[in-house]
Amino acid sequence: MRMKILLAFVLSVGLSVASAQELEIFSWWAGDEGPALDALIELYEAQYPNVVVENATVTGGAGVVARAVLKTRMLGGQPPDSFQVHAGEELIGTWVVANRMEDLTWLFEEEGWLDVFPPDLIDLISTDGGIWSVPVNIHRSNVMWFVPENLEAWGVDVPTTWDEFLEVCSSLQGQGVTPLVVGESWTVQHLWESVALAELGPDAYGQLWTGDLSFTDPSVVATWERFGEVMDCTNDDASGLSWQQATDRVVDGDAAFNVMGDWAAGYMVTTLGLEPGVDMGWAASPGTDGVFMVLSDSFGLPVGAPNRDEAIDWLRVVGSLEGQDAFNPLKGSIAPRLDSDLGRYNAYLQSAAEDFANDRQVGSLVHGTAAKESFMSEFATVMEIFLDTGSAQAAASAAEAVAIQTALGR
Amino acid sequence: MRRLTRDRLTAILMLSPSLILLAIFVYGFIGQTLYVSLTNWGRDPAQALALQPRLEFVWFENYARLFSGVLESRFRQDLVNLFFFTTFFIAGSLGLGLVFAIALDRDVKGEGFFRTVFLFPFALSFIVTGTVWRWMLQPQGGLNVLPTLVGLPRGDFAWLTSRERIWTFDWRSLPDITAVVIAAVLVLLTVMAWREGRRGRAATLAAAAALLSAWVATGAPGIELLPFPEGRGFNLALVGIIIAAIWQMSGYTMALYLASLRGVPEELRESARIDGGSELQVYRYVVFPLLGPITLSAMIILGHVSLKIFDLIFAMTGPDLATTSVPALLMYIRAFRANQFADGAAIAMVLLLMVATVIIPYLVTSLRGEVRR
Repeated sequence: MRMKILLAFVLSVGLSVASAQELEIFSWWAGDEGPALDALIELYEAQYPNVVVENATVTGGAGVVARAVLKTRMLGGQPPDSFQVHAGEELIGTWVVANRMEDLTWLFEEEGWLDVFPPDLIDLISTDGGIWSVPVNIHRSNVMWFVPENLEAWGVDVPTTWDEFLEVCSSLQGQGVTPLVVGESWTVQHLWESVALAELGPDAYGQLWTGDLSFTDPSVVATWERFGEVMDCTNDDASGLSWQQATDRVVDGDAAFNVMGDWAAGYMVTTLGLEPGVDMGWAASPGTDGVFMVLSDSFGLPVGAPNRDEAIDWLRVVGSLEGQDAFNPLKGSIAPRLDSDLGRYNAYLQSAAEDFANDRQVGSLVHGTAAKESFMSEFATVMEIFLDTGSAQAAASAAEAVAIQTALGR
Repeated sequence: MRRLTRDRLTAILMLSPSLILLAIFVYGFIGQTLYVSLTNWGRDPAQALALQPRLEFVWFENYARLFSGVLESRFRQDLVNLFFFTTFFIAGSLGLGLVFAIALDRDVKGEGFFRTVFLFPFALSFIVTGTVWRWMLQPQGGLNVLPTLVGLPRGDFAWLTSRERIWTFDWRSLPDITAVVIAAVLVLLTVMAWREGRRGRAATLAAAAALLSAWVATGAPGIELLPFPEGRGFNLALVGIIIAAIWQMSGYTMALYLASLRGVPEELRESARIDGGSELQVYRYVVFPLLGPITLSAMIILGHVSLKIFDLIFAMTGPDLATTSVPALLMYIRAFRANQFADGAAIAMVLLLMVATVIIPYLVTSLRGEVRR
């Protein structure tokens, strides 16, 4: 009898453990970006009240630290149920090639997502073998920020090409204003990809990443030369500034322009309380009008996720119209879905959504879309070689050597 | 064989948990890292993060590439940075610590207060120190504004963002420089052996020194590190990092020195004074020689802190600024951002070797000393 009671007790404990469902979401969204993720999680918890969500964020360094933690967990065979990953090569070149993700094509078909997500974006998260993640937001990399009032005071128009910018540059320097402000290392690379896109055009820019255009091609070397001219118009204390401090320089009137992804709009509108279009203005970075350099965060389903069913439900929420429109206005990004309700977004985001729907789309290098991580990481070394030697040829040769070593485009 | 007494059995039982843990988590993982560093883990993206990566041996290819590969210039700059950082950091911490300790040892008023003030930075983590100093070393503010408080023009040194480089040398001359340094040490040892009257030993040492010098004089045949000149030197951006590190650790060396100074018997100083020694001579001939052992200990401790430095620089200039980077940062980036785990492991092994060359001689001598006692 006593045995039976004990057995019943053990069984009931076992059952109750099994019925308390769990879901672990891994991301690097904390701080300013935390509320957006919380909104998404709240929506999930409202739909699946018996699931306990564990929000595993690892903060710091735009995901540098989080990705390191994720890699050790994956190598140790303990994947989270779903994790944040940049659409593009960071997803494909790191995780899909290593057979660590589950194909989600069936989910896209079931939810009808093939019709609501733009085809260019679906290409970014697909290989011949399937579709591998659910995109949750869209950021634009090639945006130039300024304060319209200040430009008027300095007698300067917004340049639409880098040639125009270089003309404006000397006039601004004469007035003691930094023409273009950059920050720590990755923001300089960020500027490079905008300059390269302008100089090469979207076709040749795309060919760099597929291996069809060599980095030592004269047109690419010319890109580095142009980049050097642009860098001559920047501040000399760059490596000491975070991207927010660089944005502050523009807002404070110490600098005229800043090329940064449109999370800068989120920072200026939400954190600094500026009115978009009045206190701060934007334009496509010079020479890239009509092209949308895209980066996108997405969530995927790792092979061996401990709570696979809950994770699939999570992905349904992430891809739903309701989920995307809850997340993105808070995050300061636009929804990848073309049917999102633009009334919920601010003036900048509405204009970005319009560009996203109409513009040509290309991938960002620095933010994991265009090239595999081994190349992307070593590109920092290429940039150091350029800043150290000032030689376009040396930088081009180094970039080509890295491309060969990391088998870029293959 | 000695009998297994109850006492010995207890001792073995008590020690075994820590021995087993050490064997697995220290020596086991050193072995694992060595193994990984000899493979190609990360070259093929399909294997880099696979659940069961298939690795192939490439033996010492990763090491060879680090020291002579065209693309690995950053690793070599990191090594040079680390050398300069370690030198100035140890010298600065010891010097400043000694000055503080002597000042406090002279019965100043409020000694307890100042001791706490000097020791306090040591209680902070390098991340906190790094963040604070990052702000203070901003070119537009912080330290550069200080002179304006007393009416001087503001400083304009670009601290962490400087790209200036002094004392440049060609990386290809590294074997020559190493050989010359070793030859100089050998000559010194020769002189010492000669003075001690050990002629045979002196002759051997002199021959070795002569051989090395001859090798350098003939243009160091047999080693070609790089096909082209590669300038390396002391990046001035490191100065800010060195200052922050000294700020953090000099209080610690002060505490070590202060304890040691207090251990110098007053009788010794008294007798030196009675013999007519000036205060300077008392320090020069009585106190400083007694500080030798503690200086060595401090150098070892600071040396291994310095060789492993990571968090301070990560907080001050981030992971990508090559002018202030060190091998530990590169190891992290290589392994966990670029997925080149074999490269990361190879850098880790180079770091381990460097720390070992500092620690092992110290351990050997201190163990010998204990046995003698």
